Amino acid sequence: MPQIAQLSATYASQIFWALIFFGFVFFVVGRGFVPKVQATVANRDKQIADDLAAAEAARRAAEAEEANWAATSNKQRAEAQALIAKAKAEGTKASEARLAQAASVIDARMAEADARLATARAQALTEIETVASEAASDIVARLAGLSVEGDAARAAVKEVLHG
Amino acid sequence: MAEQGKVDPMHQFMIEPLFGTDQWTIAGHNIAFTNSALWMLISVGVLFAFVAGGAKGQTVPGRWQVMVEGLVGFIDNLLAANVGPKGKKYVPYIFSLFSFILFSNVLGLLPLGLFGIHPFTATSHFTVTGVLAILSFSIVLIVGFARHGLHFFSLFVPHGTPAWLLWLIPFIELISFLVRPFSLALRLFVAMMAGHVLLEVLSSFVISSANSGVLWGAVVGLPSFGLMIAICALEILVAGIQAYVFALLTSLYLNDAENLH
Repeated sequence: MPQIAQLSATYASQIFWALIFFGFVFFVVGRGFVPKVQATVANRDKQIADDLAAAEAARRAAEAEEANWAATSNKQRAEAQALIAKAKAEGTKASEARLAQAASVIDARMAEADARLATARAQALTEIETVASEAASDIVARLAGLSVEGDAARAAVKEVLHG
Repeated sequence: MAEQGKVDPMHQFMIEPLFGTDQWTIAGHNIAFTNSALWMLISVGVLFAFVAGGAKGQTVPGRWQVMVEGLVGFIDNLLAANVGPKGKKYVPYIFSLFSFILFSNVLGLLPLGLFGIHPFTATSHFTVTGVLAILSFSIVLIVGFARHGLHFFSLFVPHGTPAWLLWLIPFIELISFLVRPFSLALRLFVAMMAGHVLLEVLSSFVISSANSGVLWGAVVGLPSFGLMIAICALEILVAGIQAYVFALLTSLYLNDAENLH
């Protein structure tokens, strides 16, 4: 095994060069480049984290904006609805008033017409009574030869007519 | 390969000085630049190119940058999961450990022998893995004592230890603690060496059986070759797993030191 057979002849050289080369690796590569690489990675991670945070903030802002807009539009829609409802109510009220007015005019005319009808009927009734009492007294005079007083005939006719 | 059909499975672990054999010394110790050092240099070069190419720091990363960031993120998660927020400062060390071992393991597996280049797996030598293990263990000791002082010794008395076992448990815990650097170093070295030896032995089967004739080549050589392919896949897995295990265990030990109990 050369590792042992050559030990006494080569150990100094082996240890010396191992220290030299490992020292070079440690001081130049390990202490020189590795921190730089680590800094690069850390920088990149930080930048990515910052970008993500910025994107998140932008998203939040957009969401707030949208909520704001939704609230405004809801409010405006509600206002418009209220306006429409008010206009509708006013229209209904106006048409009701006009309907009521027209109805009262019609009622008045109907009442007037009713009154006229009643008057005409009463007149007709009295005329019928007069004619009937005259006819009755004529009939009595002709059949029985009795002359009946106008008032008595009228009362008799009235009694028959009205029961 | 001294003679035809003879493969020495251990030859691949031979350290061959390339230059500086005589003149380069520190305090009398020879520090020749060997093939082992060369392959560590190649691993470090490839690792450097890989990480440097992906450290462009673009906000929208390319493929290469994603790979490097994935590797760093992997170590980052490992420490975050095992040590917690305090583990952040160990990312450079664990990253260096993991990637150095991973690149050494994988580059040592490359079938460059086909082109006459013989890859050398530096992590198949306990002299190299030992350096890394002792580094990790030292960091654990230094952090542990710096943060908790002598209270760090309470690591040897786990939660819920019954009073009548207090004479035994700390002793066992101390041994298991002291074994850590050895287990770290040996695990990696043994895993790397075993796989390479196995591949080499199987390849020697293929070569020898093919040399002894068509029949033996078909009966022994072909199955061995199929097994080699499967074990190559396994070895790539092991190369990654061993690097991960080394980094994971180091981070677990660091967790002991950082968050005592």
